Amino acid sequence: MKADPKGVLTGVHFMDGDHAACEGALAAGCRFVAGYPITPSTEIVERFAARIPKVGGVFIQMEDELAASIAIQGGVWGGQKVMSVTSGPGLSLMMEHLGYAAMTETPSVWVDVQRGGPSTGLPTLPAQADMMQIKWGSHGDYEIIALSPNSPQECFDLMIKAFNLSEEYRCPVFLMMDEVVGHMTERVNIPSADQIDVTERKWTKKKPGEYKAFATTPEDLVPEMVKAGDGYRIHVTGLTHDERGYPAMDVPNQAKLIPRLLNKIRNNVHKLVDVRMDGCEDADVIVMSFGITSRVATAAIDAARAKGLKVGHLRLIICWPFPVALIQQLARTAKAFVVPELNMGQMVLEVRKALADVDRKVKVISVPHPGGTVHDPETILEQILEAAR
Amino acid sequence: MSESLDLHLASVETSLDNPVLPFLRQDRIPHIWCPGCGIGTSVNCFCRALSDSGLDLDKVAIVSGIGCTGRTAGYLNLDSFHTTHGRAIPFATGLKLSNPELNVVVYSGDGDLFAIGGNHFFHAARRNMDILVICVNNFTYGMTGGQVAPTTPVGPTQTTMPYGNFENPFNLPFIADACGATYVSRWTIYHVRQLAKAMKEALGKKGFRFIEVMSPCPTLYSRRNRLGDGVDQVKYYKEKSVIKNGVDTKEVGLGYQGEIVVGKFVDRERPTWLESMNAHYSHHFGDAFQPYGVKNGQD
Ligand SMILES: Cc1ncc(C[n+]2csc(CCOP(=O)(O)OP(=O)(O)O)c2C)c(N)n1
Ligand code: SF4
Ligand SMILES: [Mg+2]
Repeated sequence: MKADPKGVLTGVHFMDGDHAACEGALAAGCRFVAGYPITPSTEIVERFAARIPKVGGVFIQMEDELAASIAIQGGVWGGQKVMSVTSGPGLSLMMEHLGYAAMTETPSVWVDVQRGGPSTGLPTLPAQADMMQIKWGSHGDYEIIALSPNSPQECFDLMIKAFNLSEEYRCPVFLMMDEVVGHMTERVNIPSADQIDVTERKWTKKKPGEYKAFATTPEDLVPEMVKAGDGYRIHVTGLTHDERGYPAMDVPNQAKLIPRLLNKIRNNVHKLVDVRMDGCEDADVIVMSFGITSRVATAAIDAARAKGLKVGHLRLIICWPFPVALIQQLARTAKAFVVPELNMGQMVLEVRKALADVDRKVKVISVPHPGGTVHDPETILEQILEAAR
Repeated sequence: MSESLDLHLASVETSLDNPVLPFLRQDRIPHIWCPGCGIGTSVNCFCRALSDSGLDLDKVAIVSGIGCTGRTAGYLNLDSFHTTHGRAIPFATGLKLSNPELNVVVYSGDGDLFAIGGNHFFHAARRNMDILVICVNNFTYGMTGGQVAPTTPVGPTQTTMPYGNFENPFNLPFIADACGATYVSRWTIYHVRQLAKAMKEALGKKGFRFIEVMSPCPTLYSRRNRLGDGVDQVKYYKEKSVIKNGVDTKEVGLGYQGEIVVGKFVDRERPTWLESMNAHYSHHFGDAFQPYGVKNGQD
């Protein structure tokens, strides 16, 4: 399906990442946003509030993030595409409802403009320290998808991709921005609506009576969807449920439901690899980065190459699910991975985990940063040199 | 037990040809509620109200939080959502705003709506969100085993108030009134006819509407406090209730086993959130604004 032109601000713009993210959501068909202000994400909802009256939809500022993160899910079951937007403490408040979205297979986009933490931390300064929270922060086992843009243009592009993936997999999808990407102004090219592919909700063609809200087949683990008001009389619950959506709190139903919720994503990990690779084929050292850090890393990589080193750059666009097989494949030739990130060592753990199954000895060097600013490229360069030794 | 009470209870009993059965998900019966629990009686009244309302039931959605009352959504043959503890109202807000043709009802417990969810209640009422909120007030946290609730009167013992509750309870109709609800009433499950009528009336109105339903929890509240079982509580409701329609909601606070003021306290008109939004943007943008969620000139 192509984008609805009403939401597409076709043209070349100079805008920051927050504004571009909002335009991405509008282009993707988002027509309901419930939010609560928090720096540095607020501009996204401010723009949405200004734009939506004429596009046709609703913005509501809720009383807190608990409300915002469940109001959007009511919005989905009413039939709209939705997103909620937050940072830092707001993300912590949303954790229970992240689990509700995963459990009820409510397609929804969650934007986290990361700032320094924990607690109130550094409200106006960047970090990438929520990468593990989104993956593990709600109780129980669940899977999400997370994308990480490094420019305003990507905030636009990846927002559309986030919406499309949330519809395809019926799961929460995160756009993991950070304060720098959110506030940096660059050229953003918004194509015409007929050049933007949007994924329609997986509406069922079955009739009421034939339709079971959470029934799937072995080939397709994503159930078909309906909305309230269409005569299907669905029941949706966060309790462990059967195919009808009815509470079924026993071991067999848990053993059926939870693996399906995980496997609808895990079985498609190969399809969900989205990376940019530069010079990785014959590299001795591979720098793995994501988001704003990828732009800083490029400077360090260029400097190392100027010294004659063979350095590759692996940039994650989709961070979750983590591209385990790709890391293992690169480890057949590379000697070392260097992982700079604006946290004290989060995604580097995934690299280590992936390499645990690799016979060769491959060095993994973490380049942590407590946040508040970006890395000094010099620090990354030092670790590349160390890795190459 | 008085004869009239006997008759009264017989009239709400569920028999196989009970007219409310089509409103229930019969494949989910038996329900989880204890014998003597009042939640089922309130649901019975709600089914009668739905039946009498003439509403297209495909366009009625029910949203519950978590608790014994929170299980109500799962038993009604409507589009039904069992959400998270305290958050039925914001979920209902999203549902209503994304699909304004739905008649959205929140059905939940006193702890759910006024402890963990209190903030959402205040704001939805302030905004005049177009939803009906039905609160089954059993003065306790039933689902988790009888802990003190924000409605527990001063006096009775609860598992987390082992020497008797010393906290002041909320006066729910007063809160709803003060926050701007367009319709506020209170009944007990003794008053089945009045309750069903109030529910029907509220279903037909617009704006943020609130009905408090006093209901026994024999398992965790009345027996533990030597107040007998469900029937004894209904008897208390019968004996101590006074109907005072239109009374100032300040005057309707509940004391321990004291007088119960019931009736319709508030019935007024205020533009709903969506009506206000549409009016405001129509004024601001003129013809460039297409009123949202409006079909055939109505919303
Ligand atoms: C976030 C969260 N905290 C606590 C609970 C546990 N819990 C479940 S129901 C409930 C209280 C329910 O009381 P009420 O709303 O009065 O419903 P009742 O069971 O009395 O009908 C609590 C505390 C929960 N499910 N979620
Ligand atoms: S515990 Fe109390 S409120 Fe819950 S079902 Fe039993 S009687 Fe009803
Ligand atoms: Mg209760």
